[in-house]
Amino acid sequence: MARTIRASLASLSFFILITGLAYPLLITGLAQGLFPWQANGSLMKSAGGSLDGSELIGQPFTQSEYFWGRLSATGDHPYNATASGGTQYSVLNEALDEQVKARIVQLKVADPENTAPIPVDLVTASASGLDPHISPAAAYYQVTRVARARGMREEDVRSLVASHIEQPVLGIFGEPRINVLRLNLALDSLLQ
Amino acid sequence: MTMHGWLQILIYFVILVLTVKPLGAYMAQVYQGKASLLSPILGGLEHRFYRIAGVHPDEEMNWKTYAIAVLAFSLVGVAFLYLLQRIQHLLPLNPAGFGAVAPDLALNTAVSFVTNTNWQSYGGETTMSLLTQMMGMTVQNFASAAVGIAVLMALIRGLSRHQTDGLGNFWVDLTRGTLYILLPLSILLAVLLVSLGTVQTLAPSATVRLLENGGEQAIALGPVASQTAIKHIGTNGGGFFNANSAHPLENPTPISNLLLMLAETIIPAALTYTYGVMIKDTRQGWAILAAMLFLLVAFTGLAYSAEAAGNPGLVALGADHTPGEWQPGGNMEGKELRFGIAPSALFASITTATSSGAVNSTHDSFTPLGGMVTLVLMQLGEVALGGVGSGLYGMLVFVLVAVFVAGLMVGRTPEYLGKKIEPFEMKMAALLILLMPLLVLGLTGLAVSIDAGTSSISNPGSHGISQVLYAFTSQSNNNGSAFGGLSSNTPFYNYAGAAAMLIGRFWVILLTLALAGSLAGKKKVPAGAGTLPTASPLFVGWLIVVVLVVGALNFLPALALGPVIEHLLMAGV
Repeated sequence: MARTIRASLASLSFFILITGLAYPLLITGLAQGLFPWQANGSLMKSAGGSLDGSELIGQPFTQSEYFWGRLSATGDHPYNATASGGTQYSVLNEALDEQVKARIVQLKVADPENTAPIPVDLVTASASGLDPHISPAAAYYQVTRVARARGMREEDVRSLVASHIEQPVLGIFGEPRINVLRLNLALDSLLQ
Repeated sequence: MTMHGWLQILIYFVILVLTVKPLGAYMAQVYQGKASLLSPILGGLEHRFYRIAGVHPDEEMNWKTYAIAVLAFSLVGVAFLYLLQRIQHLLPLNPAGFGAVAPDLALNTAVSFVTNTNWQSYGGETTMSLLTQMMGMTVQNFASAAVGIAVLMALIRGLSRHQTDGLGNFWVDLTRGTLYILLPLSILLAVLLVSLGTVQTLAPSATVRLLENGGEQAIALGPVASQTAIKHIGTNGGGFFNANSAHPLENPTPISNLLLMLAETIIPAALTYTYGVMIKDTRQGWAILAAMLFLLVAFTGLAYSAEAAGNPGLVALGADHTPGEWQPGGNMEGKELRFGIAPSALFASITTATSSGAVNSTHDSFTPLGGMVTLVLMQLGEVALGGVGSGLYGMLVFVLVAVFVAGLMVGRTPEYLGKKIEPFEMKMAALLILLMPLLVLGLTGLAVSIDAGTSSISNPGSHGISQVLYAFTSQSNNNGSAFGGLSSNTPFYNYAGAAAMLIGRFWVILLTLALAGSLAGKKKVPAGAGTLPTASPLFVGWLIVVVLVVGALNFLPALALGPVIEHLLMAGV
């Protein structure tokens, strides 16, 4: 029995050293050395040197002149990147219906004449609450509103959207998608 | 459903099958104590450790000694992890200044990680210090996975040896599995993940500017890639972040998603080949793999079709969920756009078919049938690949049952690999198979009849029952995924869950080792005319039937009260 206890304690200590300290520190070293930008959150620097956000983390947008992203149920406010999570609504939960109805009203009020079908990803919350992407359809749906709010021609906004479509990797993996923050940064850069 | 979606599913399975033979052969070398690729690098470290630990690597253990070693090691693990959480506020590497974890939550979490469950009643980025995540969670992610494979090795030795009581040496199996298999695969995967955007830093957060209003956004960071890699390689599933593999800083791209799905299945799949090598008949391993993959593919198809069909209620409100060139469509509530429907449904099936429990979408928001697939895959006992080690030892019990029932039908003495299957083996098999449903249904029944159980339910009607059923199904099977709306961080759920995880893990391990001990002692019976061929397509089909029938008999009534009613209500809307 004493031998078993000794082996147990020795094994756990060994694992703590190897897998609990050496391993994460080794990976941290490799990550910071080989891929420092990715390892620190894929943060985008503006020309002025300030941090414009993470390429991988969505931001809240509610004004008409910006494209809006997915709904977000994080922590105490949307796109809280210190408390990720989804709504956890089941399909028959009335709260889900209320969420979708409210979003559709919001979209219609901001763009009353738009009769195009509303893509489902624009009225639902993502699993992380930090989804940086929307579908190209969800971006095209918002073109008329953004163009009007910015006094731009619809064709110009539309072609900006088209140029921001990320295709599936190798044409196979994942969905065609638009990084909302990148698209909005591009819109703002046209102003300057 | 789209061709694009099916193609992604197909490619995943093709790559998985291609890894089986090379990885399986390598693991056979490791566990048979032969020199392997990494022996020159790690052999010295390994043997120095044995000397310090007082382990004699050539000493064989009988099933009882093996079981005591498993239990002692696990108990020490629980105690350490509990203590670490309770005093994390006094320790370094706690930059966010998190306080001590409450006793019930700390116990649940300690048990959860030691039993390879990784049920999380807490949000990682809001509860655990970096030190706790590294020295607590990550360590047990390795250790619990290595324990699972070690127990499988004992069972395989029981099947391949004759008239002996030696099942190998637990400390050697534990050490070799960690050093030669889990660690190198994790290092490789972690670096690949970082290259794709998974964060890995000791800084707790970064602060950036919000574009729209010029405010600030704090972004939680941490040593995520290292923990994520082993969480998948070891079918653990406990995320650094609350959103788990849906979090873009953990699973940033469709390629990282593919890697994570492969990572949680390559070892369980390859172990079937390791098994074949060790019993000197690789066809037996392929036959078991075929049955496992059939179940996984079939249920993945069901989940994909349910999720792609979407939620008709949202269409009635004015949303368009038709899949097209520019949108994924389908049930997008609780799913990430970069993955879309097929990789989310596939991930959900894989994570519940194995014991992983990592999620890249919220299962609570799945359609009733999509959610039911995740429940059923766990309720079958997680044998469609299953957890590292635990999946195959669970499936081998079903193999014995299948052989026994087939033997009864034709009136022959049942035998498997030249071992007579006798009453003792069948008693162990029956106890192994019946315990899990008893735990799941008993605890679910208790929880839905008391306030402490029902007050945690967040979704209405039959889905509320599904949430509770899911919680105990997940914990009893050491899965760890959740219908996340259930507020499970309460004393009742923390203690009941800890009990379910402990019994679900160690009862099964004890009986499996007892079975291994009994099998090892048997004489070899030469195959005769009455021997059932267990590598034939017919037997594969029979094995699938046995797994499904046992699962259906146990859980159909409970499923009828949960997802089945919910589906009928949804379809009637």
